[in-house]
Amino acid sequence: MPTDFRPADPGSVGNRQPETSGADANVVLVAKGIVKTFGNHTALDNVELALHAGEVHALLGENGAGKSTLIKIITGAYTPDHGEISVDGVQVHFTTPQQAQSAGIGTVYQEVNLLPNMTVIDNLFIGRQPRRYGLVDRRKMAREAHRILSQYGLDIDVHAELSTFSVAVQQIIAIARAVELSGKVLILDEPTASLDRTEVEKLFEIVRRLKARGLAIVFITHFLDQVFELSDRVTVLRNGRLVGSETIGDLDRTSLVRMMLGKDLAFVHAELAADDTEPSSPLMHFRDFGRSGSVNPFDLTVHRGEVIGVAGLLGSGRTEMARLMFGIDTADQGALNIDGEKISLRAPQDAVSQGFGFCPEDRKVDGIFGDLSVRENIIIAMQAKLGWLQALNRDEQMEIAEHFIEALDIRTASADLPVKLLSGGNQQKVILARWLATDPRFLILDEPTRGIDVGAHAEIVRMISRLREDGLALIVISSELDEIVSYSSRVVVMRDRSLVAELRGAEINPSSIVRAIAAQDAEAAE
Amino acid sequence: MNPRYRPLAATTLIFVVAYGLCILQYPGMWSTRILGNFLTDNAFLGIAAVGATFVIISGGIDLSIGAVIGLAGVVVAVLVSHLGLHPIAAFGIVLTMSAVFGAAMGAVIHFLQVPPFIVTLAGMFLARGLASILSQDSIPISHPFYKTIMDLYYRLPGGGRLSAIGLLMLLVFLFGGLIAHRTRFGSYVYALGGNPTSAALMGVPTGPVTIGIYALSSLLGGLAGIVYSLYTSAGYPLAAVGIELDSIAAVVIGGTLLTGGYGFVFGTLIGVMLQGLVQTYIVFDGTLSSWWTKIAIGVLLFLFILLQQLVFSAHKAGARLKKAAA
Ligand SMILES: Nc1ncnc2c1ncn2[C@@H]1O[C@H](COP(=O)(O)OP(=O)(O)O)[C@@H](O)[C@H]1O
Ligand SMILES: [Mg+2]
Repeated sequence: MPTDFRPADPGSVGNRQPETSGADANVVLVAKGIVKTFGNHTALDNVELALHAGEVHALLGENGAGKSTLIKIITGAYTPDHGEISVDGVQVHFTTPQQAQSAGIGTVYQEVNLLPNMTVIDNLFIGRQPRRYGLVDRRKMAREAHRILSQYGLDIDVHAELSTFSVAVQQIIAIARAVELSGKVLILDEPTASLDRTEVEKLFEIVRRLKARGLAIVFITHFLDQVFELSDRVTVLRNGRLVGSETIGDLDRTSLVRMMLGKDLAFVHAELAADDTEPSSPLMHFRDFGRSGSVNPFDLTVHRGEVIGVAGLLGSGRTEMARLMFGIDTADQGALNIDGEKISLRAPQDAVSQGFGFCPEDRKVDGIFGDLSVRENIIIAMQAKLGWLQALNRDEQMEIAEHFIEALDIRTASADLPVKLLSGGNQQKVILARWLATDPRFLILDEPTRGIDVGAHAEIVRMISRLREDGLALIVISSELDEIVSYSSRVVVMRDRSLVAELRGAEINPSSIVRAIAAQDAEAAE
Repeated sequence: MNPRYRPLAATTLIFVVAYGLCILQYPGMWSTRILGNFLTDNAFLGIAAVGATFVIISGGIDLSIGAVIGLAGVVVAVLVSHLGLHPIAAFGIVLTMSAVFGAAMGAVIHFLQVPPFIVTLAGMFLARGLASILSQDSIPISHPFYKTIMDLYYRLPGGGRLSAIGLLMLLVFLFGGLIAHRTRFGSYVYALGGNPTSAALMGVPTGPVTIGIYALSSLLGGLAGIVYSLYTSAGYPLAAVGIELDSIAAVVIGGTLLTGGYGFVFGTLIGVMLQGLVQTYIVFDGTLSSWWTKIAIGVLLFLFILLQQLVFSAHKAGARLKKAAA
């Protein structure tokens, strides 16, 4: 398409053009024929999106489908190779996110980090601070910040630095900021990934209110329940192409999943069915293992070829348990025996040399090296285990990286792409590949499927089962009970920093897990 | 207390204690005369260090400051002594030139994505080279205006003198603080230092801000050069060699994080004063080599980087605990 995409004046609106999509008067934003390539990888191929005033528009697709890229193009963070975007029927050429903001498009990008070094106030207002006599009006901002955040039920010290708050609070601040900026369009790229149920409820309430006010809201999520609960229209992308755009009434879950994956849900489920073979020989035994102030002593025997699911509420000590098992925190009581030999874990290196691997919960913070390439990220643990004197040469590294990219179906333009450019599910696979490259015998996965989409989800779950068949021992922490049930040969339940229950065989079903998690609440009530 | 203030508090405390010890040994150091000299002698360093504070908070570095000071001094001297311009006109020209020079470096850093270290290193050679082409030797400035300004002072109680250039430095710090903490531009500088990608996505105009930061740094470099020419009544192409490093040291000792995102303009003032104190002590002592200044600054710098590391890692651990408890 010979469209001239030279950047126009800042925030300029070009020549007035007649509304191309026809009769629909309440179309707010249209993106048409969008093409975007990264190197020789086509991230978006002739994609179209039309947003109407007063609608919640769910944008769905597997990881790597191109959703975030589309959002970045619409908001001026990326420039498209081809295609045109118009707001209120007028063609626009945003070249910076700032221009999109001034045009009334508020966005929470997927990788919202905000500015951890600045205060809550700064994060809410930066770029548009109210001024008095040329200086920013701190008092007014503080007042406003309190008013804005109170809508989300958040009563916090707005002068405190953002990094002192939990991820969930930061997410709410990002959302609040975007909502304030959005005069016409609000875009939320996976906003619920780190929110709990009540926070999600509050967000939805606000989204509905904005919708009633006539805003167009784009909502990207991996939770189908949320799609059906909130949205009016659904647009699905797959591999950078538009699969379709339908009103929600015309869809049921199965057809939606089919659109996203190009296959049936039943098919996915069939592959998830756990097999019940008993695990073979014991591999290691954690005895009275614990750390004061972190995890109370627990007993756990891990066998070769088994998956132990760890269930429990947020904050029940699951992650702390994983950190202890991997030597990130050192146990101050109890002992670990591997093959009958007493092992002490003083640092992660000790764990790695025992053949342990650990995929942490917050992969953005603890797991990936965003600026390093996919290849380097995969090779790094293996290299550490080999010792730095036996450096792998580039060809060997490449071979290993290519092997895992293929084996785990990591979607990346090349092994040399910085990992931060990959979608969440693919980043997760890179971390998994990193540990698989060390040929481990014991893997700890902390929320391996958090924040990734249905397709990648199913793949990760399949991979867990496959690793187990290969004789690995795995510990998988997950909040999704269906998922735990599908792959675990045993489930342990954490509560209040203690291991409180161990379920096996027929006991492994969502309702008994829930009962084990909830038992305490009954006790506490007494 | 917010842990971020700890390095600043520590610097202030160290300054007070060190000054106290100096006075115990040399009671003569307790006088407004010494204080006035402090300000006058370090005026050019202080002014340059304000610029360096902005650059470092934004996560960058400016190695060209010393060279810009040298160039500015030589240009002023040429304009005034050789071409007969009035100093005020010469100042205007030099300040404009300096700002443009810095803006050009900022533009290269932003648009070509070249690391600031490289760009300002090139800028340093360029400015030093230009200054040497203009003159190999020191050019004296004997314009009456220079004398008038240097004779201006405010008499402090106790007989000390707050000179015009000392006062100018204090004003630059005041303005610097205002810009850093009370303007949009200031908040953008912190935002860039925190996370440039997030900043861009949040609508911070990263290009203009980067250009502005380096323009400000060179502008203050130019001003420091003018002050230096007032202080020495001359322009010399090799003036202020290494001042960029002294100012970076002052910034870091003043509690600004070398990796960007955190810092205080006021802290830099203390950092400069601490360096001045060491120098004054050495002068009073009379037997120590002036290189002891460098050694003392090296030790201080090392201590502060250590302190920052401790504070920041403690802070992180605290945040993690909080998160785990939530
Ligand atoms: N800046 C970039 N450079 C190279 N490739 C990229 C970049 N951003 C995204 N991609 C690639 O584009 C594809 C689409 O990614 P993305 O839009 O993030 O997907 P989604 O948000 O749907 O999960 C992915 O294959 C990703 O690796
Ligand atoms: Mg995405």
